[in-house]
Amino acid sequence: MTDARTEILARVREALAGSAVEPVETRAPRDLAPATPEVVDLFAERVADYRAVVERCGAEELEDRIAAALPAGRVVVPPGLSVRVPDAIVDDGTLTAAELDRIAAVVTEARVGIAETGTIVLDHAPDQGRRAISLVPDTHICVVREDQVVPDVPDAIALLDPARPQTWISGPSATSDIELDRVEGVHGPRTLHVLLVAGER
Amino acid sequence: MRVALMVTCINDALYPSTGQAVVRLLRRLGVEVDFPQAQTCCGQPMVNTGYLDEAVPVVRTFVDAFAGYDAVVTPSGSCAGSARHQHSIVARRSGDEALERAVAEVAPKVYELSEFLVDVLGVTDVGAYYPHRVTYHPTCHSLRMLGVGDRPRRLLEAVRGIRLVDLPGADQCCGFGGTFAVKNADTSVAMGADKARHIRETGAEIVVAGDNSCLTHIGGVLSRQRSGVRTVHLAEILASTEGVLR
Amino acid sequence: MSGTFVGMPAFPEAAREALADSQLRHNLAHATGTIRAKRAKVVAEVADWEELRLAGAAVKERALRDLDTQLVRLEETLTANGATVHWARDAAEANAIVAGIAKAHAAEEVVKVKSMVTQEIGLNEALAEEGISAWETDLAELIVQLGDDLPSHILVPAIHRNRAEIREIFRSKMAAAGRPAPDDLTDEPAVLAAAARDHLREKFLRAKVGVSGANFAVAETGTLVVVESEGNGRMCLTLPEVLVSVVGIEKVVSRWEDLDPMLRLLPRSSTGERMNPYTSVWSGVTPGDGPQEVHVVLLDNGRTRALADEVGRQALRCIRCSACLNVCPVYERTGGHAYGSVYPGPIGAILNPLLKGVGHDDQTDSLPYASSLCGACFEVCPVRIDIPSVLVDQRAQVVDAHRGGVPKPEAVAMKGAAYVLGRSRRLSVVERFTGLGMRFARRFGPAAWIGARDLPDAPGESFRAWWMRTDGGRTDGSRKEDGTDD
Repeated sequence: MTDARTEILARVREALAGSAVEPVETRAPRDLAPATPEVVDLFAERVADYRAVVERCGAEELEDRIAAALPAGRVVVPPGLSVRVPDAIVDDGTLTAAELDRIAAVVTEARVGIAETGTIVLDHAPDQGRRAISLVPDTHICVVREDQVVPDVPDAIALLDPARPQTWISGPSATSDIELDRVEGVHGPRTLHVLLVAGER
Repeated sequence: MRVALMVTCINDALYPSTGQAVVRLLRRLGVEVDFPQAQTCCGQPMVNTGYLDEAVPVVRTFVDAFAGYDAVVTPSGSCAGSARHQHSIVARRSGDEALERAVAEVAPKVYELSEFLVDVLGVTDVGAYYPHRVTYHPTCHSLRMLGVGDRPRRLLEAVRGIRLVDLPGADQCCGFGGTFAVKNADTSVAMGADKARHIRETGAEIVVAGDNSCLTHIGGVLSRQRSGVRTVHLAEILASTEGVLR
Repeated sequence: MSGTFVGMPAFPEAAREALADSQLRHNLAHATGTIRAKRAKVVAEVADWEELRLAGAAVKERALRDLDTQLVRLEETLTANGATVHWARDAAEANAIVAGIAKAHAAEEVVKVKSMVTQEIGLNEALAEEGISAWETDLAELIVQLGDDLPSHILVPAIHRNRAEIREIFRSKMAAAGRPAPDDLTDEPAVLAAAARDHLREKFLRAKVGVSGANFAVAETGTLVVVESEGNGRMCLTLPEVLVSVVGIEKVVSRWEDLDPMLRLLPRSSTGERMNPYTSVWSGVTPGDGPQEVHVVLLDNGRTRALADEVGRQALRCIRCSACLNVCPVYERTGGHAYGSVYPGPIGAILNPLLKGVGHDDQTDSLPYASSLCGACFEVCPVRIDIPSVLVDQRAQVVDAHRGGVPKPEAVAMKGAAYVLGRSRRLSVVERFTGLGMRFARRFGPAAWIGARDLPDAPGESFRAWWMRTDGGRTDGSRKEDGTDD
């Protein structure tokens, strides 16, 4: 008996034998453009559409805005977070899922923001931390800089490194499983608070 | 321009008045149509039920009947769609290369009535008079297989005296679907009942469409419900002058 | 419902039962109407939607036409990224691989991301036989699992349930599966979702093994992608030590940038959103982040059979968005169970026969006929699967599979029709009896038609006879207006 791999590949080759038609190479329509102020405005608007909290601020206000956004309880931050969060637990990779479940909030940065779809992409670099810390706590405070916002999905795909794990986030956790009625807040963070910071890092 | 009328088997047997209306309408617009006597059917009932071998002689009869015409006009979106999109499949399967060539020659010349009027003759006002409250159901094959778009509507809007009312859920299938109407009769009737309900909600006296097959189904449901709403083919409204001289 | 599709009747019979359930029809009409409107709104926002559909179709088609190379490449890149790749010819092989991995870790339970493919292979039942509990964590899947029910929609498997029914299922069934529903449970969707959150959280936190499918597998980079809404996917993909992803071989796309059209097409077509709340992307094992043991099971289970079908292979482009279900007038009225498969609706009507082959059982053979061929499905398909054409081709295959032997009445009728319609002379003879035929049909015709629909009156003569008699209306004195119209 041949092994499954050999047999499946043989079946595929047999199925395709004799079908000479070459598919046309079609690229997705893409219109890569720099992020203008309008694009940043659209990003803020579209993120808010998902019933996330969106606040815009200057870099100098960021620490205060984070402090004001934090709920009661403990907060965890990734090891490479560039902004200071007083009394935060800095994740060293040893917190278990159960321990993270007792932490109220997480503060991370992001890799890219997509204006058209209101999406924030984390690639879990040290300023964002491993995937679990931005998943288990119920409030996610996410710092996105204006210069990280791109117009649409193709721009983001071009920037992102597939070797890194990624989490694309569009609003708080939600479901439409009951009568297709959208409800925010299931397993992921029920509160997504985005701080959109003016200027460059 | 040599123009042939493809009357369709259902109109030939059950709705001759639709074929007569096309002849009258086109004659009024200065087009004399031929009726090639050799024509029978487009073969769609066989093709859509899976009987492709059985469709081969029917397609052969079709292309023989309509060979040599500049345009073949038919009062049916569904039959036009069958000729344009399915005959090549039947011909390829038959392995008869001469038939494939004949189909490739004839198929692109087949026009549904509203396409022929708007695209070939370039008219939307056909000089009709029809003083009734009418709602229009766009049939699926005319809408999606042929892409007739708003041509039937534009033709109807230009009819004098007509009161055209929007049909809710107009683009939803009426549930006819050829042998589907019998093979899946319960589902077909459920769809037809919803279509009939939407039609009745408009308060129209008449529901118009470009396919008498769909209208047979819709009319069958409306009649069983004793709704009083009549079904009329698009050609008959466009041909109508209701005895009034302009 | 017994929790299995095995032994389901053919579509017309199953549909009749569903049509009689007015609550079901109400739930379906409400849900499909809602999602249709949402989809239409976000699709209208995209100026080059048609171009995007072409790109989506091309991405999938290119990978499928080169599938052997793509699969070998995917295996190489996944392996290089630290994943273990398994191959499974059929459901039994795939189930055995997953069970083996769970047992190797002495896991008595696994948490599952919503996945069509693991339903297709009956993974939960296979694991149960091995003493392993498989917990569905998607809200709709949880409703189906707790209710010992069957999924009826690709995206929203519990679409046939309304909020009151869901509340009842949670109240009566949650306790036996883990944390019970709270006493003050109402039928508010937000309250029901919160109950699911509490019920499942303990399972996420303790799970050793997660099981998922994948929406896309990128060959060039060894990357898997899961698209979801609730965060249950992220939980299953992140917290367990071990992750097993069962991936149909048709899920492969060649390049990283191929994800662009797909991630723009899928959410808009599926949930009617610009983007779904969460998309997880991972390439094998990331040290210190997420599961440190990652398995990928590449599954055939009929896909190579479908690939060999020149007309039908386009069905393998399907990205399981369910837009075709939501616009289908048949699905809207019968719901998903009537299709007797985890893949219902128009895509199911072609995918099931393609995966299983026709001519073996009446249920599968009935599916290509479960359509009025209205074409709404093709219009919305984000990867341009011409479902109506594949349906017609599958019907021909069903008919061909039954050729030879005693012909069915339908086959006899079609042969008779072919004879009559092959020559106009024969047709004109038959037409002389139209009136008689219609009178006969009105009394003795197929109950299927006359049960709920009247037949039209037969005309006095056929069009053909009229044309001959009047020379195409030119010699008929009764039509005076012809002469005065012009």
